[in-house]
Order: sequence, then structure tokens, then C-alpha cells
Amino acid sequence: MSLLELDNVTLRFGGLTAVSQVSFSVEEGEVFALVGPNGAGKSTIFNLISRIYDPAEGDIRFDGKSILDRKPHEIARLGIARTFQNIELFDQATVMQNLLVGRHRHRHSRMWSELLFTPFVRAEERRHREAIEKVIDFLDLQAYRDKYIAGLPYGVRKVVEMGRALAIEPRLLLLDEPASGLSVEETQDVAFWVEDIKKQMGVTVLMVEHDMHLVASVSDRVLALADGKMLAMGTPHEVQNHPKVVEAYIGVADEHEKVLA
Amino acid sequence: MGVLQLIVSGLANGCVYGLIAMGFVLIYKATEAVNFAQGDFMMLGAFICLGLTNPQFMGLPFWVSVPIAIAIMGAFGYALDLVVLRRMFGQSQIAIVILTIALGFVLRFAAGVIWGHEPVSLVTPMAGKNVHFGGLVLGASEVAVIVVTVVLTGLLYLYFNRTRLGVAMQASSQNQLAAYYMGIPVKRIHSLIWALSGMTAAVAGILFASKGSIDPSIGLLGIKAFAAAVIGGFGSLPGALLGGIIVGLIEPFSGRYMPSGYSQIMPYLLLFLILIFRPHGILAQVHAKKV
Amino acid sequence: MRTVFKTSYDADINLFRHKQQFGWYLALFALALALPFLLSNFALGEATNVLIWAIACMGLMILVGQSGQASLGHAAFLAIGCYANVLMQQRLGLPFLITFPLAGLIAGVAGALIALPMTKLHGIYLAIGTIAITILVEDFIVIAEPLTNGVIGLIPPPITIFGLVIDRYSTPNTLYYLTLGITLLVVLAYRNLQRSPLGRSFAAIRDSEISAQAMGVNVARTKAVAFGISTGITGLAGALMGHYAGIFNNETFNLIISIQLLLAIVIGGLGSIHGAFFGAAIVALLPQTIAFGRDMLGGLIGGGSIAIPGMEAAIFGLILILFILFEPMGIYGRWVKIRTYFELFPFYRKDMFRRQKAYLKTERMR
Repeated sequence: MSLLELDNVTLRFGGLTAVSQVSFSVEEGEVFALVGPNGAGKSTIFNLISRIYDPAEGDIRFDGKSILDRKPHEIARLGIARTFQNIELFDQATVMQNLLVGRHRHRHSRMWSELLFTPFVRAEERRHREAIEKVIDFLDLQAYRDKYIAGLPYGVRKVVEMGRALAIEPRLLLLDEPASGLSVEETQDVAFWVEDIKKQMGVTVLMVEHDMHLVASVSDRVLALADGKMLAMGTPHEVQNHPKVVEAYIGVADEHEKVLA
Repeated sequence: MGVLQLIVSGLANGCVYGLIAMGFVLIYKATEAVNFAQGDFMMLGAFICLGLTNPQFMGLPFWVSVPIAIAIMGAFGYALDLVVLRRMFGQSQIAIVILTIALGFVLRFAAGVIWGHEPVSLVTPMAGKNVHFGGLVLGASEVAVIVVTVVLTGLLYLYFNRTRLGVAMQASSQNQLAAYYMGIPVKRIHSLIWALSGMTAAVAGILFASKGSIDPSIGLLGIKAFAAAVIGGFGSLPGALLGGIIVGLIEPFSGRYMPSGYSQIMPYLLLFLILIFRPHGILAQVHAKKV
Repeated sequence: MRTVFKTSYDADINLFRHKQQFGWYLALFALALALPFLLSNFALGEATNVLIWAIACMGLMILVGQSGQASLGHAAFLAIGCYANVLMQQRLGLPFLITFPLAGLIAGVAGALIALPMTKLHGIYLAIGTIAITILVEDFIVIAEPLTNGVIGLIPPPITIFGLVIDRYSTPNTLYYLTLGITLLVVLAYRNLQRSPLGRSFAAIRDSEISAQAMGVNVARTKAVAFGISTGITGLAGALMGHYAGIFNNETFNLIISIQLLLAIVIGGLGSIHGAFFGAAIVALLPQTIAFGRDMLGGLIGGGSIAIPGMEAAIFGLILILFILFEPMGIYGRWVKIRTYFELFPFYRKDMFRRQKAYLKTERMR
């Protein structure tokens, strides 16, 4: 059984069909990438999985069960974490506090006990902080632990956002353009981390990414989209050389090559 | 009072609310700020005109003091933006709300010091005259209020949607940085819009003063007008007028058909219901955040 | 700046960052305890008033500073707490020890219930919605005359705890200590909130609702809970305010009080407990200070005291305008800057606390 299945999912905004009959499944333990030009519907698929949008048709299943009856905030509790294309961190809080919000799924204490700060709440806090330290170590964020997000450079914020998603201890991690706006070295780091997330933590990764080098180096399978429709699916190599993908990318590919050159 | 007279006086009141509400909407459309002192602008406009016209002050002819009062309020709005609000550039909406609330306190105090706290009436040529309209007797000032409001709303609407400056004002509100890059002088546009809203408030104030006596606390009508703007849909000029008229009509009718004490809460009850069921007003704008 | 070497997770969890900080607060507490012996009865009454306002400010601060929702409706919850407390004592004959926490609970539940349908509202829409609450409650007090005695108002009985009678005039010291104790409890609850998951979820919805939701925070419920805790504390302050005032009616809790509360926490400094206290001190002491200054001025000119209506509000407004323009972080923000200046002397840089310039980009579609 696949971890995540999209089954003929269609989404329309007024007259525009943003996602049209998309079906794919992500297997436990793999890195699956969505690629395609801007406006292909990649982020929209993320928002569908996050339950921000309701699909007009089709079904989305996680771990064999449909998630369409779930509310947006229940998705994290199922074990699906995500990052955002344009970083959505809590700016007026420290890195530590941001990561701790990621632990919200593991909150067992109630309002009254927290207002009294009972020993149970304290023990829970210690547990949360222990879990956070692991993420901080994993992503090398020690230097930024008590810094406010508002003053951090872009690259660090991207990492913090990934850390916050990892603090959820998810089974499935959705990364929305994890390398956009990052330098070559930083992108390299992201590649290593994605590998480690998959191998060490055993977390399944679904990501949207434009950087084909990154996609090719970390993904097990790739789905290419254009105008909300599926073009091709397979290994990175197969997809890159698929005639339909080459055709859709003709204009964009040239540009892309230039950037890389 | 017959039902028709009730409607007309409600309409006239509603038009004043609508004009104040339009002042809110003008500033909101162009700067995303909310001027909680809009009611006090209206009060100030009314008192400036009164100070120019009434015999115990300067005693100018009414038709001379009206344009002067409007011009003064325009200049006041421009200067306020130049001196105070420009420093607030980039601060949160709530900070500006709080600032303008505080400003309202100061303006009310200043008006009280200059013109006193006793209710006074503006001497207008319309006062006490009636208009006969097919067997119906209407107060001249009420008819004037309605006519002026409708004309002004039309003009403002055309201005915002048809002229270059109006469109630039809208553009500057939606993305300040992009508007800068397109060569729109965002800061000057903000000052102009505050001037425009000050002038609208002056018209509202003069119209209100022509219907009855005024004192510095009439600035608090701004809260009711704000409710009206939200009922009609914040960000839409015709919506503001519609909201104003709805509030203006509810008051006399609920006052007549409901036990006393209930009539003044009806506008707010309606506001509350609208916020819950149609949060962005009757003529709504679409809000959505993209991620 | 003192560097704390953290050797356990508790270093981050504990109430005080280091022993020295604990010492300072202990000293402050000792001063608060000694106050009745240092001040006249009149000044002690003012101190009690400041503490009551501080409780109300903390209540609003939780909502505005922690969860980022502005409210101009908190006078309504002061009223609910005040009327609930006194009516339960008068009509049901319950003792203060029961009616007081119940009054907070009633105000809290009322706040949460009223907030539930409004959780989708932001910014100005929330502001006007909460204004409507204040006005509706004020008018309701007039309409519900059989219960609330309308515009004539109610006179609360003196507080009685196990036979001990506490009254503003006959036993000002006891009233002060009672208020101080309640203030301390509220401060403790506030601190606990800040260091627990609920407080962090408040900060999360303040900064980004969309990602709070993605982290599993139920945004609507969390907002309602924030409202409930906030209005509950405000209700407690309202109950004390009623006893302190000695008589109250619908006008005791009008829109101006709502506005003053919001302005107070902005002057004090948003988001901090210190800010709540600073703001409370300004609001509660300003009328006396103005009266004092006026008498002095009147004495100098020899014209007796001059009373100008609206002057208090105007001076308050002016102070606020100056703060928003020149010190948007409030008194507490200024205090932090001064402290940092001395701690880092001579390495303080002028732009250390400069805000990033933000350009407005609307999320409106049209």
C-alpha cells in the first residue's frame, strides 16, 4: 500500500482548471519530486494535500484512508508536515520557539494544567526540548537557537522552516521548493539533508523543485506537470528525456540551461 | 411623522453616515490604513464652516465659507499625512488605528477649547425652509444632503475608476514597492488621498450641521459610520453609501416600532450579524492569501 | 549582557533567567509588600488602582500581544466580570471567594463564545466587531434594568473573606494586599502561558495563521481560547474595579475604557508583562497627575483650578501619538534600550533595535 495516493484529482478556480485528473502515489521511504514550469499546479497539489483547497473530483488517501474529511489542522496530526514556497515562519519568535510550535502535534497537556505549569507540563516541555535539540543538531542550527527569525538571513530561514517541519516527526514531508533562492553550497546542503531525512529518519519526501540537478541527485521518482496535467512519470533520467517533457520545456529548458551555464 | 418623512430623514442621516464612511473607504483603498478620526474630521469641518459663517464668530456669507472650510480641511488632511502619518510608513494597520483614535481625542479637545462644548447651530440659507414635492413637504436641508451626497459619490467613483490619478491611488495600495518602481509617487499620493478624505469629511460635516445643532462630541458618529462602512463592504465607495443609508434607515424605523433602548443597538446588531455571516460586507471584496 | 550557560533544559523553562534576575524581582516584591507603610491612604488607593488596571492590561495583552488580535471590546468584559461578581453576591448571597473566580470564569466563557463566530475576522474587521460588543453590552445593561438597575447603577457590598471585611476606605491596606495577591497570581499564569505550548500556539497564529494550521494548530479554537483567557482575566479586573469604585453603572464601562485599555498596553509596550504594568500606571495615575499639575498651575497664576473637559483624554492621546511616532515599542521598549546601552557600554550602536522597513503588499484581490 502506498503512503500517499492521489486519485484522479481535479481542482478548478472558476473557469480555470488548475489541476486536471492528476493521479500518482508516493511509496513509503522514497523521495518523490514534482517538476514543471511555473503555473503547472505543483504548489496547488501541496495545498490540496494540506486541505487548504477542496478538490472538485477525485480522492486523496494517506496511509490508505481518505483525508478529504479532515480539516486543515488535522493533517499534521496524521504525520504530514510541509514547508512553504515563500517562507511562512513565526517572525516575532526565536528559532527555538518556531521549532517548538512544530511539536504542537505532540502536545498532551491541557489549558488549565499549562496555566498552573504542573510538573507534568514541565516534564513534557523537557521532552519537547530534547526532541528539538535533535533537529537543531541535524540541521546545524546551534548558532541560531535563541535568535529571532526577523533578523535571520534568507538561507537560514529556509533551513529553520525545514527544521520546524521535521519537529513534527512526520511520516511524509512536503518540501515546497526547498532550494529556491539558495546559493550553490546551500543547495548542496539541502541535497544531503534530503538524503539523510530519507535514510536516517526514514521519512518519505514529496518535493516541488525547479533545480533539476537537485531533483536528479536526490529523487527516486519524478512527476512532470504542465498546465495542471500530468506529462510523464518515472526516474529522473526517464522524465528528463521524455519527448513530451522536452516539448513542454523547450522554451524554459533553454533559459534553464543558460542559468546553469 | 409619516412613513415617507421617516424615510427621507433616515436617508438624509444615512447620507451623512455614508459620506463619513466614504472618507474611511478612500483612505483604506489607497493606503490600507483606517482613519478612526474620520468622524472628528467631519466634526472639525462642520465647526470650521460654522466659525466662518456664524455671526458670533466671523460672519462670512455661507457660500463663501463653504469652499474655504473644504479647502482648509483638505490642507489639514494633507498636512497631517505629511507631518504625522508619513512617519508611520510600513507600520501595522492597528498602530495607525490606535494613532488615529488618539488623534480623535486631541481634535475633540481642540474643538471644545475653540468653539465651546455647548450645542450650536450653523446658520445656512436652507435652515427652516421646506421643499414641496408632489404634495410632500420635505426639509430643504434634508433634500440638499441627499442630492449633494449622491453627486459626490458619483464623482468620487468616477475619479477612482476612470482617472489616471485615481487608478494610481488604487495601484499604490495594492503593492507599494511595485507602485514605486512604476514611477508612482506613493508618498505624495498618500497625502493627496488624506486631503481628499478631509474634504469629503468637511462636506459631510457641513451637511450634518445644516440639519441640526453640533457640538465637539459629534465626532463619535464616526464609529457609527465605520459600522456603516463595514456593513456596506469596506473598500467599496458605493458600498459605503449603501451601508450608511441602511444604518440611517434602521434607526428611525426601529425607534418607531421597537421599545425604547433597542433602536440605538440595532445598527450594531446588524453589524455583528454581517460580520459573522458576510464578513466582508454586502458589496464584498475577495480576500485570500496565497501560499 | 549577561551570558547564561545552559546546562539543562530547565534553564530555558524556569521563570527566571538567572539568580540575579530572581533577586531583582524579589526586591521589587518586598517593596510592594512594604508599600502600605510608606504611602498615605490616598496614595495606597492609587497604587491599588494601578494594580487593578495592570490586571486588566495583562488580560488584554494576552490577546493583543500574544495572539495578535486587537480588541476594542474589553470594557464589555470588565462589565460582565463586575456585574457577575456583584449580582452573585447580592442576589444569590454567595461569598466573594466564590463569586470572584466565577466572575472571571463567566467573563472568560462569554469571551470565548463571542469570539467563536468572529475567528475569521482580522485587523479592522475584528476591531469594529469588538467595538460593537462594547456598545451592545453597554446598552444591554440599560435595557436589562430589573437585573442591573440600569443607569442608576449598583453599589457593591464590601468584600468579606471568612468574616474579614475589606473595604477601600475602612481597610485600604487589606484591599491593597488582596489586589497584590491576585495580581501576582495573574502574572504567574501569564508567565506559565508564555512558556507552555498554548502560549506558543498563540504566537504562531499571531505571526502566520497558515503555517500554524500546517503545524496542527486549530486556528479558530486557539483564537477563541486566547479570547477566553484574556476576557477571563479582564473579568477578574472588572470585579475588583467594581469593589474599588464603590458604585458603577453602564457608563463605568463604556467604549472610552476599551480604548484606554488598548492605548495603555501600546504605550506600555506590546507583548510584555512589564508593558502591561507601565501602561496601567500611566492610565491610572494620569488623571491625578493632571489634576495636580492644574492645581499647581492655578496656584502660580492665582486663578484657582481650571477645568477643561476632554483635557485628560487629549493629553493621553498626545502621549500616545508621541509614543507611536518615536517609540513604537512603548515604555518597555525604551527601558530595554536603556538597559542594553549600559550593559554594552561603550559598544551600543544606535541602530541595534531598528525595525526592518516593510512595504505594504495587500492581499486584497481587487
